[in-house]
Amino acid sequence: VSAEPMDGGPVRRRPNYRLRRNLAEAAALAFGLVLVVWTLTPIYNMVAVSLEPHGDVFTSDIWPAKPSLESFWIVVTEGHWYLEYFWGQFGNSLYVGGATVFLTLAIGSLASFAIGRMRIRYGWLVSSTALLTYVIPASFLAIPFYRIMNIYGLSNNLWAVIAAEVTFATPYAIFIFQQYGVSIPIELDEAARIDGASPTQVYFRIYLPLMAPALVAVGTYALLLAWNEYLYQFLLLSSKQSMTVPVALAQFLNSDEAPWNYMMATAIVYALPPVAIYYAFRRRMTAGLTMGGVKG
Amino acid sequence: MADAQALRTAEVSPLQVASLSRPRRRVRRLGLQGSELTWAIAFVIPYAAVFLAFVAYPVVYGLWLGRDPALYAELMSEPIYQRTVVNTALYIVIGVNLKMFGALLLSGFFMRRGWWVKGLLLIYVLPWAVPALPSFMSIHWMLNGQWGLFNNVLWNVFGVDGPGWLETSRWLALGSVIASHIWKWMPFWTVILLAGRMAIPQELYEAAEMDGATGLKRFAHVTFPLLANLYLICTLLSTLFTLGDFNSVYFVSGGGPALSTHVLATLGIRNAFEIARPDLGVAVVMSALPLMIPVVILLMRKLHTTEVQL
Repeated sequence: VSAEPMDGGPVRRRPNYRLRRNLAEAAALAFGLVLVVWTLTPIYNMVAVSLEPHGDVFTSDIWPAKPSLESFWIVVTEGHWYLEYFWGQFGNSLYVGGATVFLTLAIGSLASFAIGRMRIRYGWLVSSTALLTYVIPASFLAIPFYRIMNIYGLSNNLWAVIAAEVTFATPYAIFIFQQYGVSIPIELDEAARIDGASPTQVYFRIYLPLMAPALVAVGTYALLLAWNEYLYQFLLLSSKQSMTVPVALAQFLNSDEAPWNYMMATAIVYALPPVAIYYAFRRRMTAGLTMGGVKG
Repeated sequence: MADAQALRTAEVSPLQVASLSRPRRRVRRLGLQGSELTWAIAFVIPYAAVFLAFVAYPVVYGLWLGRDPALYAELMSEPIYQRTVVNTALYIVIGVNLKMFGALLLSGFFMRRGWWVKGLLLIYVLPWAVPALPSFMSIHWMLNGQWGLFNNVLWNVFGVDGPGWLETSRWLALGSVIASHIWKWMPFWTVILLAGRMAIPQELYEAAEMDGATGLKRFAHVTFPLLANLYLICTLLSTLFTLGDFNSVYFVSGGGPALSTHVLATLGIRNAFEIARPDLGVAVVMSALPLMIPVVILLMRKLHTTEVQL
């Protein structure tokens, strides 16, 4: 008998509670819908414009009246004079992206190994300069960087761009590798050394395999960085053959009658690889971005 | 002698094991010897070379280019520059805070359970995965006064003739740029803050619930104090990133109409490469230092004292 009021309380309140929960869920759904519209509108626009058949870009339609894949065909077959080097330029982008990933991982992991595992003296100095470089906006260094590339004789050279991307991706790599390396017991290195392993053997056989998750995270980051970057590629590459896709894409804008459907089709083709890679490595990358989380 | 030292390093007593797993700074070890040291130096050299050739040299060269005080006097007297400073301030104050506060709220929203919330998160991070340039070009065309999607919708659905968002007014154009920047970068910070929220132990919430803290109280007394440090670091980092954001402004408004929506990052490039005054371009960038230096110092301090990872 004495337990009855305690049981009765929640039972009487339940309908109210359920109603409130349903209302909250409905509000969340409505909000989610707004969020989807906000997120997808520019992407919807990209797709809609790319599906316009030639010349029909200047309409007041919300969705093309006669959607066609013509623009994509033009892009793939290089059928417009602005697109005559499309695949070459796409190859340049891939080359820059691939080289950036490889060099960032190599330089970053070697430096982190020396600092974090071999504990070189003044290693903190290296990490601090890396951190400082990470917070300097890349666009602020563009003007002297451009001139220095001319001094180095690297103007209109893909390696100038690769140098720029590596410069701005490596500090992040060192930062992540340092933090991730702490979770690998140093005793493994010590044991291998006692067994007579050289530093390079420890690096290749122990350090790199155990760092694989961090390498994937940083590699994805470096690739997206190179793929997102425009300013340095624009400043450092001038001939059509050596351009990357973003530079060529921006050149469309300067023409008198920008063929927007071709531009958007090119943009979609260009955006597909990073989106695919991002979704493939999303979990690893998010984990890499947030390793350590909030320990503060 | 060297052997004896090697032996001493090799003998790891339990006490040393404990000290090894502590943060680097507290560890006192013998210096590296002989070939070990050579290897360690060889491993650092590639990064040191990259840093010296592509960071240190450009920085010094930039400082040298912008050394003349007369440049700054010239800059201050330019109306374009004055407008640019106001734009940059608005861009940062409004852009960063809206973005970060939105990210904070949305990270709470994405803590909800349910399959559709997870699916929504996948869609929501799309702007971050899509390269900047295609998105911003799409937004540029979308906001076209005559043929853009935005005004087409306004006309077809509401019968309203929308303005030229980027062509007519400085404030509309600047607002569009800020909105585009938020569109692109809010998902990134949301994911970071979401991970921060997930790292908060569930027991804390349970304990708080026992004490009667739910809803807003729970946020004020549990979530926010634990997230505050991360939030501050993210805001500082985002301030620096936003200050250097070139793509949003360059591709959405292009600095127009009539050069009224430039920010420091784009004006610097314009001065250097469009009107061929690299020294004046460097001066524009350098004039951001009074804001940058305190932010960097604060950020470095915070990053050193707390183990937050970005």
